[in-house]
Amino acid sequence: MFGWKGKVLRVNLTEGTIVTESLNTKDAKEFIGARGLATRYFFKEVDPAVDPLSKENKLLFATGPLTGTLATSAGRYDVVTKGPLTGAIAASNSGGFWGPELKYAGFDMVIFEGSSPKPVYLYIYNDEIELRDASHVWGKNTHETTDTLMSETDSEAKVACIGPAGENLVKFACIINDKDRAAGRSGVGAVMGSKKLKAVVVRGTKGIKVADKEEFISAVKSARKKLKEHPVASQGLPTFGTNVLVGVINSAGALPTRNFREAIYEGADKISAETFNSQNLITNKACMGCMIGCGRVSKSSGQYVGEGEGPEYETTWSFGSQCGVDDLDAITKANYICNELGLDTITMGSTIGCAMELYEEGLVSQEEAGYKLSFGNAEAMVKLTEQTAYRKGFGNSLAEGSYRLASGYGRPDLSMSVKKQEMPAYDPRALQGMGLEYATSNRGGCHVRGYLTSPEVLGVPVKLDPASTEEKPKFLKIFQDLTAALDSSGTCLFTTFGLGGADIAAQLAAATGVDYSEEEFMKAGDRIWNLERLFNLEAGLSAEDDNLPPRMFEEPIPAGPMKGALSKVYEMLPEYYKERGWDAEGVPTSEKLKELGLD
Amino acid sequence: MEKVLLISPEKCIGCGSCESACSFANEGEFRPSLSRIQVFRFKMGINVPMTCLQCEDAPCASVCKTGALVRDDDTGVVNIDSEKCIGCRMCVMACPFGNISYSSEKKTSIKCDQCAGDPQCVEFCPTGALSYIPAEKDSLDKKKAFAARFATIVEEVEK
Repeated sequence: MFGWKGKVLRVNLTEGTIVTESLNTKDAKEFIGARGLATRYFFKEVDPAVDPLSKENKLLFATGPLTGTLATSAGRYDVVTKGPLTGAIAASNSGGFWGPELKYAGFDMVIFEGSSPKPVYLYIYNDEIELRDASHVWGKNTHETTDTLMSETDSEAKVACIGPAGENLVKFACIINDKDRAAGRSGVGAVMGSKKLKAVVVRGTKGIKVADKEEFISAVKSARKKLKEHPVASQGLPTFGTNVLVGVINSAGALPTRNFREAIYEGADKISAETFNSQNLITNKACMGCMIGCGRVSKSSGQYVGEGEGPEYETTWSFGSQCGVDDLDAITKANYICNELGLDTITMGSTIGCAMELYEEGLVSQEEAGYKLSFGNAEAMVKLTEQTAYRKGFGNSLAEGSYRLASGYGRPDLSMSVKKQEMPAYDPRALQGMGLEYATSNRGGCHVRGYLTSPEVLGVPVKLDPASTEEKPKFLKIFQDLTAALDSSGTCLFTTFGLGGADIAAQLAAATGVDYSEEEFMKAGDRIWNLERLFNLEAGLSAEDDNLPPRMFEEPIPAGPMKGALSKVYEMLPEYYKERGWDAEGVPTSEKLKELGLD
Repeated sequence: MEKVLLISPEKCIGCGSCESACSFANEGEFRPSLSRIQVFRFKMGINVPMTCLQCEDAPCASVCKTGALVRDDDTGVVNIDSEKCIGCRMCVMACPFGNISYSSEKKTSIKCDQCAGDPQCVEFCPTGALSYIPAEKDSLDKKKAFAARFATIVEEVEK
């Protein structure tokens, strides 16, 4: 095959069996790869009502047909499972070098079933594949685990693993590959931990062929040229990383502060990209084949001394303004702890922010928390992050995420989450489109399912008024479809600052030999989105879950350029459902399913 | 005119586009394991691309008994004639830098030949960490960059 490798690895952890299967080519064409194709496989094989942490749940690691090629920023893979944080479909996407290595070993996807009686890791060296004992690395952090497993397998091997957080079934544990890249959200690391699967170690020396070499290189060159000429992709992201948004979003009056009580942060300058570059940044770093190189190699100093990678903007926000903390060294340190112990930074920071509000409301005591947990307590924030991974003390309550935490005190309204997953760093009252994006995201509160911040704040590809609801449903559907298809191709969302669906479709068509027009590509995105929706509906979610926390409708933004703003999600939802071809209850109509071949 | 492949590790972000481009140009597929250039990624974001820099007095060519490795005096490239290569791997042993390797699949040694004057690694390097320049200019840019720093200092002192 071209683009795809045509092979799927199926590992039954209960039985300890490993089987190689041919890729379902019909599904591959329709669902592309990675997020889409893995969701297709998952939905066919797993009952949506499954308990996410039971052995009946499955865990899929999937690449796209462009992963590991020279296509624009094609270093990505997706982890698909049912998320323990949300109870919804989870598709967590990560970069680095692990995904390409799986392709070089000859596989598009690995499916893990069942649950191992004892800790194991899977070692793939091309066609030689074995489950090995992992008891010596169980309990170790992700960096130690990676070093140990590389030294006992192959010095060039790539490692995706969980840290103590995944082992301890923290509901938002992530999977870390290449030491500092994360398949971050929805608790995919806890599913891995529940299966006693510590790591997947891959070394591949084979190649990936494309259908039309000349056409492919020409499509790649044309797309790369566009990225090189785009200011965000060629200057903003390499120079400042995603942190460039701290200043931008704060100026827009949309930087959630102290658990979304406010939307501008007085400490924004202290946690900005400029400050980070002068005191923490060492250099920038790229994932496989990426010309953007937004990754941050960094250090922190003082009482929070450390070195590693990151933080990203969303992390700077979650441990920064969300907790009222303006100490960039503390934020950076908390980020390192998350990478090393295997925690999702967005949910971790936001859950601490929620706990801080519960403390200030008098619902959590100092005795219970172990700290005076007022907003701004950086030291408590860093310590609680570590405690959460080990479920120690108050960390055991935080390990459930903000929704379950706040519900335990009778205040679920203080959890800034959608479908029990924490919303990221854009206030949905200030950016109406982002509010609709959060409310309708198939994996709960998330910014990378249809990033309307791009038109609403950055003016890319066109400028939309953030306060207006007009055209937002239409734009959101296009963004969601494009993102779903792009994630499934194995390329990075950040390329869409400079590229459109046509640019990705051209690379995909030349690589696979399948006639993906821009229209077909977008339709595949629509198909994937609807498939995820169908899974969620069967898992028990409904239109009622297309919602935001009550604060977004009841408490106007108190100050700043968006003062007085409230979310108007309810006004947009009917139009959004209509755009999607869903009925008033948010259920895809039979005509829509027929159109997409999902009937 | 003799041109050289210049590597500036300080500009390398470790993306490995060079490996992909090299293997595609030489093997027709994306296969970093057979790339003639390889990027080594160290701690703290330090990345070092390694490839043959075409030695003037090339140990690989000196040790080759079959005449498979010959330096082209016009281009300065040490070329490998796979027909003549017997796969003895003496060249691999002789190269002090590890920049020639043996392909167990092709049963011959493989090394950089600068893609006959159009090195694809350079074409796809996003940061200018790899460049292809006239041989006599190989250190000019570096010298100039350092001289510029010196100039700044002089300027400050004169103020």
